Amino acid sequence: MPQRIEITLKEQLLDAEGQALRLKAKNYFDIDLHQVRTVHIVTIDADLTADQVERARTEIFTNPVTQVSSLQPLDVDFDWTIWVGFRPGVRDNPGATAVEAVEDLLRLRLKPGQAVYTSRRYCLKGDGVTRQDAEIIAGQLLANDIIQQWAVFDRNQWDPAIGIGFVIPKVMLDHQPEVTTLSIDSDETLTRLSDQRSLSLNPRDIPTIRSYFLKPDVQRQRRQLSLSDPTDVELEYISQARSDHCNHNTFGGRFHYRDLETGKTETIDSLFKTFIEGPTLALKAQKPWVVSVLWDNAGVGRFDADHHYVITGETHNSPSNMEAYGGAITGIVGIYRDPMGTGRGSKLIMGSYGYCVGPRDYSGDLKPRLHPRRLLDGVIEGVRDGGNKSGIPTPFGQVMFHPGYLGKCLVFVTALGIMPAMINGEPSDQKTILPGDLAIMLGGRVGKDGIHGVTASSASFSEHTPAGHVQIGDPYTQKKMHDFLLEARDEGLIRFITDNGGGGLSSSIGESALFSNGCDIQLEKVPLKYDGLDQWEIWISESQERMTVAIDPAHLDRFMALSRQHAVESSVIGTYTDTGKLHITYNGATCAYIDLDLLTSAFPQWEFEAVWRPPALRGLTEPVLGVPEDYASLVLDMLGRPNICSKEWVCRQYDHEVQGTSVIKPLVGAGRDVPSDAAVIRPVLSSQQGLVFSQALIPMVSAIDAYHMTACTIDEAVRRAIAVGGDPDHLGGVDNFCWPTIQYDPLKNPDGKHKAAQLVRSCRALKTMCLAYGIPLLSGKDSMYVDGHLPGRYGETHKVSALETLQFSVAGVIQDVGQCLSMDAKVPGDRIWVVGVTKNELGGSEYYEHLGHVGLNAPIVDPDTFAACYRTMAKAVKKGLLASCHGVYRGGLAVHLGLVAMGGELGLAVDLSRVPSEGVDRDDTLLFSESPGRFIVTVAPDNQDVFERLFAGHPAACVGEVTEGPQLKITGIDGRCLAALTVERMKSAWKGPFEDLI
Amino acid sequence: MSTKPNVLVLTGFGLNCDHETAYAFALAGAEAKRAHINALIAGEVRLDDFQILAFGGGFSWGDDHGAGVIQALRLKTNIGDRLLDFVAAQKLIIGICNGFQTLVNLGLLPGIDGDYTRRSVALTYNDCGNFRDQWVCLKIHPESACVFTKDMQTLELPVRHGEGKFYAESETLKTLTDNHQVVLQYAMPDGQLADGAFPHNPNGSLADIAGICDPTGRIFGLMPHPEAYNHFTNHPDWTRQLEKQNRAGISTNDRRGDGIRIFENAVAYFS
Repeated sequence: MPQRIEITLKEQLLDAEGQALRLKAKNYFDIDLHQVRTVHIVTIDADLTADQVERARTEIFTNPVTQVSSLQPLDVDFDWTIWVGFRPGVRDNPGATAVEAVEDLLRLRLKPGQAVYTSRRYCLKGDGVTRQDAEIIAGQLLANDIIQQWAVFDRNQWDPAIGIGFVIPKVMLDHQPEVTTLSIDSDETLTRLSDQRSLSLNPRDIPTIRSYFLKPDVQRQRRQLSLSDPTDVELEYISQARSDHCNHNTFGGRFHYRDLETGKTETIDSLFKTFIEGPTLALKAQKPWVVSVLWDNAGVGRFDADHHYVITGETHNSPSNMEAYGGAITGIVGIYRDPMGTGRGSKLIMGSYGYCVGPRDYSGDLKPRLHPRRLLDGVIEGVRDGGNKSGIPTPFGQVMFHPGYLGKCLVFVTALGIMPAMINGEPSDQKTILPGDLAIMLGGRVGKDGIHGVTASSASFSEHTPAGHVQIGDPYTQKKMHDFLLEARDEGLIRFITDNGGGGLSSSIGESALFSNGCDIQLEKVPLKYDGLDQWEIWISESQERMTVAIDPAHLDRFMALSRQHAVESSVIGTYTDTGKLHITYNGATCAYIDLDLLTSAFPQWEFEAVWRPPALRGLTEPVLGVPEDYASLVLDMLGRPNICSKEWVCRQYDHEVQGTSVIKPLVGAGRDVPSDAAVIRPVLSSQQGLVFSQALIPMVSAIDAYHMTACTIDEAVRRAIAVGGDPDHLGGVDNFCWPTIQYDPLKNPDGKHKAAQLVRSCRALKTMCLAYGIPLLSGKDSMYVDGHLPGRYGETHKVSALETLQFSVAGVIQDVGQCLSMDAKVPGDRIWVVGVTKNELGGSEYYEHLGHVGLNAPIVDPDTFAACYRTMAKAVKKGLLASCHGVYRGGLAVHLGLVAMGGELGLAVDLSRVPSEGVDRDDTLLFSESPGRFIVTVAPDNQDVFERLFAGHPAACVGEVTEGPQLKITGIDGRCLAALTVERMKSAWKGPFEDLI
Repeated sequence: MSTKPNVLVLTGFGLNCDHETAYAFALAGAEAKRAHINALIAGEVRLDDFQILAFGGGFSWGDDHGAGVIQALRLKTNIGDRLLDFVAAQKLIIGICNGFQTLVNLGLLPGIDGDYTRRSVALTYNDCGNFRDQWVCLKIHPESACVFTKDMQTLELPVRHGEGKFYAESETLKTLTDNHQVVLQYAMPDGQLADGAFPHNPNGSLADIAGICDPTGRIFGLMPHPEAYNHFTNHPDWTRQLEKQNRAGISTNDRRGDGIRIFENAVAYFS
């Protein structure tokens, strides 16, 4: 008989959660509630005595100072009550910790199948609130039907004795696990089976797969193990390994590129090899600080003689698009496993985020699964809980709004770790596996979660996408595992480590087995969340918070003892071998037997047609605009645009100082409210060295040319790092591509050839920029298929493709954190300098977007010239010549002068006629052009001469002075005052759009 | 016993400020050891070997059923007596953020009338409804017996929590005030009490309370993080302050942050 405890705050306490719901109901749906009280419900499905439940109620679940509780439904007044609970099989983190607490308190163990479930009920009071209103609140604010169930009760329906009743979301499969053999009698049969089972096999791969299983010697070996046609375990394994997500078939593909203007054609054999691997290896040879790149879960750079830092980034778009909170928390917690699985394992030291979503106030006809506002709320909260509960600071991030992301949102997550350079006298970045080593899976258990997640993210989102791949990350379980693994590493117990991400064991074992050249796995040893999983499901499940480790059998006892101390579940699931085979059994019967080299050979390369029609040929032109008259209003409106305005509410939810390493925070300045160019942390507390980190996203330029989008994005990321004191000779990069589908199809993807050409051009710019700026790519990932099919007003669907997007991250070592800079003006009387040339480059700018145009003149990077300038800027920082330094980014000089003034809460008097420029004769162009390569710096009068001499030969000019009176005063080319805006007015405009959000 | 006091910093189960807390104590001159809660329970690590016990920040057991609740339960169930012995031995205990939440759920704070088992105050959900990271100005009660804040008047520190609102019945609040157990209060930049004004009082704490001690002053709990102000570059204004100091010709070699003073006071108590 289950028991239910209802808990709520005492009446005199403010219910902050209820209050937040009340505000959202008003702001999002104009529903007036005058009170919301939250009731937390703990349902115990175990045979506990009444006394035991009573003890749990009073000693665990009720705070005597703030809460009241009862085993009966609480009498909290309402007009409507909404109950929300999880669906069966969805991770209930509080339910799991409740089990731990109950077991600890009562000194017992719950039996298999017994559990504690948590849910909530919200008691709403409001005059005239209808059932429809309550349903909107339930379905569009509180619950997502993919992971949750809910019920709405009105006052009359409510039986105070029964309450919500007993809902036990227990998984009951009642299924005997079985291995199925799949016929491969023809290509057509296998294609049909692939579709039926959502294997997403590429049609091109099918003949190769069939020919392998038809080989006489393969068949002979299989017969000896009682195998004939391929099993589902085997085909699922091949499917996972061949998916674009795991295998990067797009970047490894052959591109036939044609430029319609010049008529030139060329063939690029693998974007990865040509534009990423080549330059990175060349730079690695020049830069001794590059320790390990291109093979492990993350890249490794040298921090100091005793430490290496580790960095990687990825996206979690498809799941977040379906269930924003679950997708995002799984994404951030998932990326944190990559540094944990790099080398022998590293400690996490920071994370960052990048969100690209549709307009927050979207009110058009298209119906995305989640409105961008709700989606963004959920994503922010998911990364908040994932990062904060992992004890990892999140000191940098960006939010970008564009209608192209209505089809599918982007959720970028980046992680950095640190590890000792040597472990037990061996380099920490190197690892291998010896035959006979034990394969251990640890952390979470395996359920049906995330099955076919990898293949789902390798396909466009539609209303038929299976929802089963959405999970909820569990940072608590992972944090325990993280702490355990670092201790095991330092004791020398870990020979090899990798994470279980996309593809689950199939990927982690499949890939690690290559190091010893074989593995025997006993699937029945994998601990499950519940019975009834088929063998193939155990093998490819993406249940979270798991790592795979190889250890010397001699270390098993110590490893397991340490694991128990840390309350982490570890299981030996097999042994690495050197047989060349992946051999999987279940209770002694073979269910997979495959040559490991099958996947590294013989599969046909993907091919793409790429046709480039330059922007002018596509009909893009510059708009014909007269000169504005009211610059004051224009600048204020620009400051209030969604992609410019303050996002303080996001930054503040993220713990950016845990670990005590914060040097340059996400928000800086006198009011601690203006975004910094970059973040700096001091990851080794006893050291004065720092790590700088920055990111950039400028997808709007892709509307003209993804080459320039890429060059500008990389330039911005680098410039951001330089602005806070980064060293241009020690910067590493991470490229994260998010692209719409590039495979041409006359009906489904008529502009595929253009999108493919954009990808080729982007990669070409990546190579050029990395070589010119000397940035090895420490890590990178690609996520294709950023498209969605959204229902419109009449039920028709519209394909919505994202802008071609690259997020570029930069990290580097700073010798002395005491020399870092912030962007805020600091002292009245300081000189304001603009470094870098402003050109007529308004194409794709925020200014044009504000006025409804795209334009043609994309901003163009001059990499060699800029690189020389950045080295000079770094010298100026080292000499201590700068009081502040800030890059000029989205929105141009007007916006960024405004930010420097707001940061310092001081005035700036700026004369536009002195701004270094080429071919510009208009004030609006000077103010809003987004030419790359530019900085605004403030310099003490005493340093003015030295600074000027240092920058001789670079485009740099003193354009004005910092003033005591907090006012941005802009004088135009003709000497007329264009605008005089107080810091107060600017802050009000800039903070206005999201000022209600906390 | 060495001349340096031994500090035990608890780890495990989702705690996360252990490295910097141990570092802060070491910087202050203590011998700091990080140890897993289970090692303490199992007796592999003995409380008797330590003079200072630190409950650090984090999300123990995910904070799923009230911050610090399950940690307190686990410690009370398994080593409750040993903790009371530690208190009786007149040793020092500090609880920071999640550690503070744990101390109030254990009843080690506020310890009114020497009762170290009663839960009479709480740290509950922030009024603003969300987790929040910001720096706060703190006013330190001059008459408090708190060992950790001796000779200190003000301090700036970061807060980073979702459940930091100090709450107690008005009678308890009055007792705490009368006993000078209210050690830290949220203040305005000019030193005046925040009087509940957000964001200076970041969570709606009654009486602006940010930290309290037991009647002896040896047990101290606070929501802000002194260990996160271990270096001058932790302070949000450091670039501004440094620029002004440089121009005034002031230079200093001490790179320690002001938060370290809390730990130095603890170390000094044993000298």
